[in-house]
Amino acid sequence: MFFLETVISGLMAGVMYSLVALGFVLIFKASGIFNFAQGVFALFAGLALYDFIATDGWFYEVFGFVLPVWLGIIATMGVMVIVAWLVEFLVLRHLVNQEPIILFMSTIGLAYFLEGLGDVLFGSDVKPLNIGLPQGAWDYLLDTHNLYIEKLEIVAAGVAAVLVIVLAIFFQKTRIGRALRAVADDHQAALSVGISLRTIWVIVWSVSGFVALVAGIMWGSKSGIQFSLSLIALKALPVLILGGFTSVPGAIIGGLIIGVGEKVAEVYAGPFVGGAIENWFAYMLALAFLLVRPQGLFGEKIIERV
Amino acid sequence: MAYERKIGDTILAVDQISLSFGGVKALSNISFSVNEHEVFAIIGPNGAGKSSMLNCINGFYHPQEGTITFKGKTRRQVRPSEAAREGIARTFQNIALFKGMTTLDNIMTGRNTKMNKGIFWQALRFGPAEKEEMEHRAVVERVIDFLEIEAIRKTAVGTLPYGLQKRVELGRALAAEPDLLLLDEPMAGMNLEEKQDMCRFILDVNDEFGTTIVLIEHDMGVVMDISDRVVVLDYGKKLADGTPDEVRNNQDVIDAYLGVSHDEEE
Amino acid sequence: MFYREAGQFKTSYKADQAIFTISQDRFFIGLLLIVAFVVVPIFINDYWANAILIHFLVYALAALGLNILTGYCGQVSLGTGGFMAVGAYASYKLVTSFPEMNFIVAILLSGGITACVGVVFGLPSLRIKGFYLAVATLAAQFFLVWLFNKVGWFFNYSPTGMIVSPPREVFGFLVTGPEASPAVRYLFCLSFVAVFALAAKNIVRGRVGRSWMAIRDMDIAAELIGIRPLEAKLTAFAVSSFYIGVAGALYFNVWLGSAEPTEAFDINQSFFVLFIVIIGGLGSIMGSFMGAAFMVLVPITLKTIMVDGMGFAVGAAKHAEVMLLGTLIIFFLIVEPHGLARLWQILKEKLRKWPFPY
Repeated sequence: MFFLETVISGLMAGVMYSLVALGFVLIFKASGIFNFAQGVFALFAGLALYDFIATDGWFYEVFGFVLPVWLGIIATMGVMVIVAWLVEFLVLRHLVNQEPIILFMSTIGLAYFLEGLGDVLFGSDVKPLNIGLPQGAWDYLLDTHNLYIEKLEIVAAGVAAVLVIVLAIFFQKTRIGRALRAVADDHQAALSVGISLRTIWVIVWSVSGFVALVAGIMWGSKSGIQFSLSLIALKALPVLILGGFTSVPGAIIGGLIIGVGEKVAEVYAGPFVGGAIENWFAYMLALAFLLVRPQGLFGEKIIERV
Repeated sequence: MAYERKIGDTILAVDQISLSFGGVKALSNISFSVNEHEVFAIIGPNGAGKSSMLNCINGFYHPQEGTITFKGKTRRQVRPSEAAREGIARTFQNIALFKGMTTLDNIMTGRNTKMNKGIFWQALRFGPAEKEEMEHRAVVERVIDFLEIEAIRKTAVGTLPYGLQKRVELGRALAAEPDLLLLDEPMAGMNLEEKQDMCRFILDVNDEFGTTIVLIEHDMGVVMDISDRVVVLDYGKKLADGTPDEVRNNQDVIDAYLGVSHDEEE
Repeated sequence: MFYREAGQFKTSYKADQAIFTISQDRFFIGLLLIVAFVVVPIFINDYWANAILIHFLVYALAALGLNILTGYCGQVSLGTGGFMAVGAYASYKLVTSFPEMNFIVAILLSGGITACVGVVFGLPSLRIKGFYLAVATLAAQFFLVWLFNKVGWFFNYSPTGMIVSPPREVFGFLVTGPEASPAVRYLFCLSFVAVFALAAKNIVRGRVGRSWMAIRDMDIAAELIGIRPLEAKLTAFAVSSFYIGVAGALYFNVWLGSAEPTEAFDINQSFFVLFIVIIGGLGSIMGSFMGAAFMVLVPITLKTIMVDGMGFAVGAAKHAEVMLLGTLIIFFLIVEPHGLARLWQILKEKLRKWPFPY
């Protein structure tokens, strides 16, 4: 029973990881960039949303009223679209066809910038996000099977599932999805067949911003909007390595595996070595994968020709 | 103009080589041999497997069947760095220069297998490492003189025009003082003058240093002019081999690749 | 007109390949060394030593190490913090377990130990590259920090988990501990950095450096001309880790005096050194120094302007610093990926022609 609870707890944590990882996969699929700033996007989105709907934010100060939750979400989406546009205009446009590592490092710079900006604009204290999502344990399960699972985590799992399905359809079946995949493959080639890099990138980063917002909401409802959200990027890397950088289902599966693996390792092996295995377990697992199957479970194999 | 050139025995023997990638058969039962000091050409339509053949010889691809015998040693697979140490050097269709380095440095990397002073001597520099560096610099300078690229010694190769890059790549291969030089379309993308220069270099290399040369080339004029013997590949199979004249008149080759000159029709 | 090299002819390959081929350069370097070794120690005080000079030297050394690995050999590493920790803890254990050991020897041995660790974590580079390798180094980073936090042996079971550098002497002068004079500590670090910088420059302009750069530029071609990737990459990891380990040992012993793993050696440290290397210039020895100077001076300058000058809160200055760094990284990557070093080169080119435009 205890094992089951550990596993389920791990699965739930894994779902949270997956939500964040999804955002990474999107951007990587479409622009070949690992967006280190994705975690900061989630943080920023959470901060913006809080500001729109809470009474101690700028919005209230300036306008005198707060937005209802649904309007706040739309407004935050608007903010994220603006952010996406600015990122494309100021950063991506100038780095067309650079090597992945340069792009990656630029997103580190982006992460630093947005984090500082978030702190300056919204302050660095933790903000609780109460938007009506159910809190507390699912009593039914607790009473009947003695399992402690939070309702919020179930909702998160459901949301993640919906997101995955929508995104998968988007990429495979739509024209824009195909264009996105072309861009991910080769920027210049995509340009030469008339795909507007700019539009595509703004779309992608906006969608990714939306995913970041969802992740921000989920995490924020759970533990409040706080700076540590930005470090999620670091956790997402092992998830993506396991699942494959270009695979949406991979992000989910990878997240679940990491979530469960971490919890189980911590609970069962942790006591022997002083605990806190969670800090590095995911990475060691990722490292093992890199050596054995670098493209992850579902990713595309990388071939090099001379 | 005839000149005395001693062509020796077989230095490279390719025996029943077959290579597949997944379901695609790139090479099927290819056999031919190359004699020492000769100029040997591999020709054929695009996709015939010519580059793949070179890649097998210097170890980048590992054939599933067959063997390659070089200087008496027979093997099927070899690691590229080992092939280089055996005395095989090559150039590439799509220029594989080190774009971040200068011409001089690129060609100096060709001497890498001959330099061996370790990291501690390198850190000190003064003494054995410096002496070694200067000795090999002298050799590289001779190659630079030979290829007439003195002016671009210190230029970053990434900024050089295509024709010069190809010449630098040839220099890097030559600096290794190879016994066997594999040239993958050395004249691709060149105009007439550049081609003549490249031909001159290739012939000079063969003449002065006795280097055996295997080249892939599409320009039939060049092939017929400078090669001693030719092998023709098509869809991974060998169509013919022999002297240029024999190959030129081979009906299969004409059908598959060369075609017929129409003003010869009566 | 002052910087022209007309009339300076090289009559041997050796002269042609010297580190400083222009006599004006040689003059300035000589001057710089004299100022650094002789003049500065006379005027130095605690603040300058701690906040600026030793701070700079330690990070310059770490940046040299990372530049070797990432800038010259093209193997991205985000594990610099962890490797500095290895150097620091190795030196701590050596110094506390063998009190009679010469301090310089202890520092060098720490570097050697870090080199071994570096090679182990560098093994994955034979199968994975670029960005994926960065992830592997993150594994090293997190694992090492955890290790030094958890395993009591490393911090001699001290209840606080911190390590403190015991006072040590070199040639009769106290180098570590609260009594050591800033001038001595500064000269100690400076000597290490000067020697190591020269060694690094020698290595990168010779055979080994070229094979590293070949791997960086096109590793397939490098193998095809006879460079053994295993050897070259692991050598890069070894040398790089050696430098970073020594930097870590100096960082802990001479600069900080005491350390605790999650603060002193965490991932932010890795990013910091990476930023130095990017801003200074990937693949440039000089760049490592320029980047280090830049990154050390920016927070101080910002704080002086914003907090002391304009009265902002300290927190605000910190946020501004973070934003500025992020912007600068992006700026350099877009405008001049070869960093300050390239900008400096361009400046010198212009100086050679000055006052003529071309």
